[in-house]
Amino acid sequence: MNVLEKLEQEQIKEEIPEFQVGDTISVHAKIVEDERERIQVFTGVCIARKRSGVRESFTVRRVSYGLGVEKVFLLHSPRVAKIEVTRRGAVRRAKLYYLRDKTGKQARIKERKIDYKKPRK
Amino acid sequence: MAGLLGRKLGMTQVFSPDGNVVPVTVIEAGPCVVLEVLTEKSALKIGFGDIKENRVRKPQQGYFKKIELSPRRYIRDLKFEDLSDYQPGSEIKADLFQPGDYVDVTGTSKGRGFAGMIKRWGAKSFPSSHGHPMQRQAGSQGCSATPARVFRGKKLPGRYGGAKKTVQNLEVVQVRPDENLIMLRGAVPGSRSGLLLIRKALKKKRK
Repeated sequence: MNVLEKLEQEQIKEEIPEFQVGDTISVHAKIVEDERERIQVFTGVCIARKRSGVRESFTVRRVSYGLGVEKVFLLHSPRVAKIEVTRRGAVRRAKLYYLRDKTGKQARIKERKIDYKKPRK
Repeated sequence: MAGLLGRKLGMTQVFSPDGNVVPVTVIEAGPCVVLEVLTEKSALKIGFGDIKENRVRKPQQGYFKKIELSPRRYIRDLKFEDLSDYQPGSEIKADLFQPGDYVDVTGTSKGRGFAGMIKRWGAKSFPSSHGHPMQRQAGSQGCSATPARVFRGKKLPGRYGGAKKTVQNLEVVQVRPDENLIMLRGAVPGSRSGLLLIRKALKKKRK
């Protein structure tokens, strides 16, 4: 392994809960407000995961007071303190950008009953 | 100026403790061997990089035999303010610098061959629409009958890159003397595996 790969490997977090695009997740993000540090929880649907080693990022979308809000987090950043998966979603796309144009009933995601990763019998 | 030789490994990113992403260049810095102490120049002759014995030119072989040290690929004279800590054979390692220090890095920039105005001087391109006949050419050379010549130093296409360049005041982000690694914030001249000279910043005082 070359040195750069090794350096990037060092920064990858060891424990990341398994979550997929379509899942509803709560992200506990550290926010620094002049000297004071607090944790803010952002809950929504994970609509994209961009996998790229340490640079991996994911996008969480929620509708807050009728306004769509999306936040992009760096998965391995120390500012992302914790990720909780609250609901698994069944989706057939890798990126759920179509949700941006849907509201209400159309923007629902079916609950996932099976584990995609497990081979089906 | 205290310094050492190194090899560019490439760029990546690290997270700072407060969670910001810092773009860094990773450099294999040292270990450099002091070959000679040049007292009257207040300098050290230092060597860096392994080389097979049979690849060294004869005059250099003789030189390394005389000073009784194993041959190195690169040899440079480098000014040091304080020579008292060094004698021939002593090593200069990456721990010459601490995180938070500022350094100047000298290297050979990537050669770009014969480059046009846009790449070489950052000129603007002519519009691609509205019937313009050309986009990337140099345009006007200057005035007309007065002065009836092109001024010296007029920016024109030509050979670009492949020259010695120095980037000043790069912050040292991390130092790992055991692995001979230095990480600097920002970019340094040259391609990966290019030889670099890393010196204490000339213009910035230590923090």
